[in-house]
Amino acid sequence: MSDHVSMAAGGLPGESRSETAFRARERVKSGHFRAKALIPILYILFLLVPIYWLVNMSFKTNGEIVSTMTLFPHNPTLKNYATIFTDPSWYMGYVNSMIYVVMNMVISVAAALPAAYAFSRYRFLGDKHLFFWLLTNRMAPPAVFALPFFQLYSAFGLIDTHIAVALAHCLFNVPLAVWILEGFMSGVPKEIDETAYIDGYSFPKFFFKIFMPLIASGIGVAAFFCFMFSWVELLLARTLTVTDAKPIAAIMTRTVSAAGIDWGLLAAAGVLTIIPGAIVIWFVRNYIAKGFALGRV
Amino acid sequence: MLELINVSRKVGGEDHIIDVSLALDRGSLNVLLGPTLAGKTSLMRLMAGLDAPTAGKVVMDGKDVTGVPVRKRNVAMVYQQFINYPTLTVYENIASPMRIAGRPKDEIDREVRKAADLLQMTPYLDRTPLNLSGGQQQRTALARALVKNAELVLLDEPLANLDYKLREELREELPKIFAATGAIFVYATTEPHEALLLGGSTATLSKGRVTQFGETTAVYRRPDDLITATTFSDPPLNVLTVTKRGGRFSGPGNVDFAVSSRHADLADGPYRIGVRAHRLAFGGPHAAGFDVSVALTEVTGSETFIHAELAGRPLVALIHGIKRVETGDTVHLSFDPADILVFGEDGRAVSASAAIAA
Repeated sequence: MSDHVSMAAGGLPGESRSETAFRARERVKSGHFRAKALIPILYILFLLVPIYWLVNMSFKTNGEIVSTMTLFPHNPTLKNYATIFTDPSWYMGYVNSMIYVVMNMVISVAAALPAAYAFSRYRFLGDKHLFFWLLTNRMAPPAVFALPFFQLYSAFGLIDTHIAVALAHCLFNVPLAVWILEGFMSGVPKEIDETAYIDGYSFPKFFFKIFMPLIASGIGVAAFFCFMFSWVELLLARTLTVTDAKPIAAIMTRTVSAAGIDWGLLAAAGVLTIIPGAIVIWFVRNYIAKGFALGRV
Repeated sequence: MLELINVSRKVGGEDHIIDVSLALDRGSLNVLLGPTLAGKTSLMRLMAGLDAPTAGKVVMDGKDVTGVPVRKRNVAMVYQQFINYPTLTVYENIASPMRIAGRPKDEIDREVRKAADLLQMTPYLDRTPLNLSGGQQQRTALARALVKNAELVLLDEPLANLDYKLREELREELPKIFAATGAIFVYATTEPHEALLLGGSTATLSKGRVTQFGETTAVYRRPDDLITATTFSDPPLNVLTVTKRGGRFSGPGNVDFAVSSRHADLADGPYRIGVRAHRLAFGGPHAAGFDVSVALTEVTGSETFIHAELAGRPLVALIHGIKRVETGDTVHLSFDPADILVFGEDGRAVSASAAIAA
């Protein structure tokens, strides 16, 4: 290639003009290709660097992290992970998070399914306003609700229970799930419902046997968005728990001790926090775009 | 027998169905004919029990079923859109009403295969509906309606979304297939042509009212009023406003012809006459006629549509054979004065005189 280029650039006598032009075009084209590929490559690099750095750190010792800057662990260690998987005060954080996240997903979707069906199939007084009002719930930052929730749950003795966090997150997740499911449900023609009734299905039978399989991907996406919010939400989860139901994110903030920050341990905990999200995304990857558009694609 | 007695339905102050009374016999074929928004679907939904009437009664075999929910009635319905359960196979789709009814497995299997065979769906039983062509999807829906063995079978423009050839085929098969079940068969369509091909009885609908109900050819030949005649004409009915005086009909647009013997005893005065497009002939073989300026000609194989304007109203003639006429040409169209529908000024047909050999 290089001597082709030099020939073209040199413009040797005897070489036809069109050939020169052709080579020049070729060169421009390959240059184009590189520039086009460069941008996504850079973009992906920028996105991946922090994640790589986290993974990188999680396999290092604290000494290596603090003293030198190394691109990969020189003395790779699994000690950080071992600590997390053996120390109950660490791994219970994951268990607690999982418990309330799953509870929240189940409650949110179970509550949102009938609500979304009503919004998608029936017209009633103020339905549009109510539907919009649902979404406004998400406009307030969770911090706004921390105080009332704390006061309320204290009164009912629910502080430091999984259900407390799960219910608190419902305030944000039920409206979101209703919106997503309504979008998916409206994509199913009403005539299918009627055909089922004509065939003799009762409502519950129709809903579980015919309708839910039809919007299965919507249920998956709604559950995923509930998971996402509940898994990363820290403020309410921390406010409402003390020890028994403390989420992993709250435990991670505890690693600042008298001996300084345990960097490696923190990084390992961080990696383990990303993994469940990545797994869940894998399952709904084909429908996520539709979910972001609230099922209205 | 299904009877609708003074049935009306209002939705949010809007009249969808106004005071409809119909009696449909067991084993009969009934066509609901009317343009879009005439209330065909609304009426079917009332018959099925999907909607409840705001006034009036629905009586099935002498039993009042007004307000009885659809799943407690024995009806089957097929929609214009191909409605099936997308997650179930064709086999399960067809079997679904029998499964719900709790029929024994071997009976379900026998019935499904029989229906599939009848509708030529046997090779596709294991597919899901979305992997089928439109015609096959609609056949699946029809098979499901068939196996249910319902007393009332409602088909809401079932062939409207199919291509021409399939439509012809299915239209011929459908009445035969369902006639064997002895059900009351109701078929909604927007096409007068389809109603005539199906035969049976026809109810013409306009703006939520049934304007006439009777034997299909009788309704076509002897419409009770102008609305029925307009509904039951395709291409559109040509309506002329004329005055009868001294044995002649005359009106704007140089319309002037001798009254035929059939209409001779009509009193002098204003009338509205309807001339169906195929009654108009090119040139002057008939006594009555007028000159029009051609606005558009359409040639469809062996026929020519000539669109023109007469006294400010659009007019269309369906002429056999291919006529080379240019836009702007003046042509003479003629018709037999005996072949016209005569209505009074109020739109009601004038005594027996509106009866013609259409």
